[in-house]
Amino acid sequence: MTLIEQNSQSNPSNSGSSVELVPSGASKFTSLVFRAREFGIFGILFIFVLLTTAIKPRFLAGQNIKFILIDTTIFALLALGETMVVVSKNVDLSIGSILGLSAFVSSNLYQQFHHVSIVFVFAVGIGIGLVLGVVNGVLIAFGRVPSLVVTLASLYIFRGLDVLIVGGRQVVASSLPSNFLSVTSASFGAIPIISIVVAIVVFGGAYYLKNYRSGRDLYAIGSSEQAAGLVGIPIAKRVFTAFAISGAIAGLAGVIWASYYGTIDSTAGTGYEFTVVTAVVVGGVAIFGGSGSAIGAAIGALLLNTINSSLYVLGVSAFWDQAISGLLLILAIALDRGIGLYLAKSLRKRSSRVAS
Amino acid sequence: MNLTIYLEIFGGTSLSNDKDSVISLTGAKKYFGAVHALEDGQIDLFAGEAHALVGENGAGKSTLVKIFAGLHRPDSGSLKFDGNEVFFNSPRDAIEAGVAVIYQEPTLFPDLTVAENIFMERQPQRSFRRIDYRSMNKAARVIFSRLEVDLDPTRLALGLSIAEQQIVEIAKALSLEARVIIMDEPTAALSSVEVHRLFRVAETLKNSGVAILFISHRLDEVFTLCERVTVMRDGRFVLTTMSSETNEDALVRAMVGRDVERRSDQIRGIDLKPLLEVEHLTLEGLFADISFTVAAGEVVALSGLVGAGRSEVATAIFGVRRYDYGSVKVGGKALKRGSPSSAMAAGIGLVPEDRRLQGLVMEQSIARNIAMGSFKSLKRKGLIRSLTETRFAADWSVKLQIKYGNLGNSVSTLSGGNQQKVVLAKWMSRSPKVLIVDEPTRGIDIGTKAEVHRLILELAKSGVAVLVISSELPEVLNLADRILVMREGRLVAEFDHKGATEEAIIAAATLSKEVKAA
Repeated sequence: MTLIEQNSQSNPSNSGSSVELVPSGASKFTSLVFRAREFGIFGILFIFVLLTTAIKPRFLAGQNIKFILIDTTIFALLALGETMVVVSKNVDLSIGSILGLSAFVSSNLYQQFHHVSIVFVFAVGIGIGLVLGVVNGVLIAFGRVPSLVVTLASLYIFRGLDVLIVGGRQVVASSLPSNFLSVTSASFGAIPIISIVVAIVVFGGAYYLKNYRSGRDLYAIGSSEQAAGLVGIPIAKRVFTAFAISGAIAGLAGVIWASYYGTIDSTAGTGYEFTVVTAVVVGGVAIFGGSGSAIGAAIGALLLNTINSSLYVLGVSAFWDQAISGLLLILAIALDRGIGLYLAKSLRKRSSRVAS
Repeated sequence: MNLTIYLEIFGGTSLSNDKDSVISLTGAKKYFGAVHALEDGQIDLFAGEAHALVGENGAGKSTLVKIFAGLHRPDSGSLKFDGNEVFFNSPRDAIEAGVAVIYQEPTLFPDLTVAENIFMERQPQRSFRRIDYRSMNKAARVIFSRLEVDLDPTRLALGLSIAEQQIVEIAKALSLEARVIIMDEPTAALSSVEVHRLFRVAETLKNSGVAILFISHRLDEVFTLCERVTVMRDGRFVLTTMSSETNEDALVRAMVGRDVERRSDQIRGIDLKPLLEVEHLTLEGLFADISFTVAAGEVVALSGLVGAGRSEVATAIFGVRRYDYGSVKVGGKALKRGSPSSAMAAGIGLVPEDRRLQGLVMEQSIARNIAMGSFKSLKRKGLIRSLTETRFAADWSVKLQIKYGNLGNSVSTLSGGNQQKVVLAKWMSRSPKVLIVDEPTRGIDIGTKAEVHRLILELAKSGVAVLVISSELPEVLNLADRILVMREGRLVAEFDHKGATEEAIIAAATLSKEVKAA
């Protein structure tokens, strides 16, 4: 502290002559863009809700809102795990297959045994997800195989395992006890209880990522693995944990899925991974790692599900739903890329030492 | 740190003063295989003082820095911290001892805030081990005010200029209570305003008792910032002196000080009709207003410090890099901007700086790599027979005396020198009119180096216009008929073969004052 005094003495007009590192226009620009993205998401959401309601007022009926929210709940939960993975510059494509396996095996317990505790059913679902996530994590973090390759392979392997176990069978809603079905049917007004619970979990996850060293480590790894190594971040351990948690979350989502749909065969959750990755990226998580939040990802999931539902209510072909998702994805990535290019260019001009 | 022992390293010469030695290295040697990177490393840093380390490329400065940073262990010699013998086995050891290195281009987390970059893995915590962002940002602010720098700790590192990134690294060093800060060519990528700013920060560091080791090629900067200067040459300590007791000329002499091998034959400049004409070539931020010509049969060297923009000019001529203004002509015909195929069609060849990344396909065979540039002339009915390819490659291997086991082996099995010959063979076999060679002998042993020089000269004799880019002055003086010197993106001097000396070239490349052709 004496140093500061000493310096301010030797340099009395401290404020006037202090070295000025002007906050660059670039940083203002980025924060503006990030805000623009949030406004953009809510803007699109608002437009879809308004237009759809104007044409088909039943869009805002309690039952439809409940459908949208429960779908969003499952995707937002998956997006939490995916966010942890994506901020560390990885990707988990196996979550749809994990969800499918977990959904069937956990709900099938009710068909095989007479008295099964619901806690046990959830534990089995989460446990399956955790084990499969650990398999991914070991190969990626310790085997040093790119996550895209590992989880693309495990997408097929886990699904194959699912088909092998399920065969031609299916679990039907009538075989499931009412307490299990009420996990997703109980609601508080138009808002399902499970949505509130998952919202708390997502907020908790986002809080952890923001406020704990191990959470920040994931962002640091995604931002620059080289710099992460230099400051001594245990990279492999953190990446492994992210995949294990992503798997466990997919397992949990599987049980919720089973409770909601009631009818479970070997196709449960097929293609979910792409919807989730889209939601995550649209919600502002950079696909090349380093930034974004689980809350943004959840908002992305809400947007995609709302669009999906509004097009369904309007009777528009499902093709348009997919086309719009794709368009949003490209927009989101183009936005990130645009910021990067803009910054690189302004930086080159600014730090140029060539006299002209 | 009350245990400070006064050390008189220089045996009571005029250099001893009343300051405390913080870290000192004596008699350090470091070999990499047969390469002697450091023969006699010796330097002594004092608290509250900036000490400059100067020398040509390859003088051993970087090796010395890496010893201080804990990246290299010296093979012999002694490293003392506060007078006690220490061993740095890893960068972590060095950091814990209080030695921080600021590199030319820092490695930061672009997506995290400035404060997070400073305190990563050491963030202050509050209840339940949560990160205490408020005190972290406050601590960062305290450091910045100590450095008299106005930088917002809560902004992202993304978009920070290199100068600002260096300030963040310095702040990190201070948060670690570093007592020795090593700046390895920090000013190479900075504008003059930013250099000024960095020096103010350095002055503040000195006032707070930090010992600074400052490495720079710019001698004017050395005299502005540093109290003491050490000169190294060919891996050896040459001298240490107070900067008030010397001048730029004396330092340049000490940096060069060796006999220079000179080419004996005279310039072949009878038919000096320019073949390659470069006019007002400009790429904003990298180089500006570059004009020169190379005649058929002439070797022109583009000299200057690393980072002066030489390679950028070469890649712009070849079309790999788009330039903003200007023109490139071969034999009077202008080339299409930003088109390597147009450059190749006009007869330009480029032997790039990094042969492993840019010059060769490492996994492919030696024969394939040699023949790669000549597929068009080798094909029959659209196909290339491997026998044709092998014969062609064998021919050129003999001509260039490439030493190989089997032409079918991948080119990665060759030594560096022979790899370079493969790149040369690839371009020579196309019979180019203009050949640009960027750092042709980097990392090559002396014997092969001489052969590469011989090949380049033979090529020129056969009528090729050759542009050589090299950081090694003996090589430049040996090869070139004319020498162009670049500094900070501009051509600043031109010498002919007779008028050039190492001193004059170094002076033109480093000094701020304009040097006229000799």
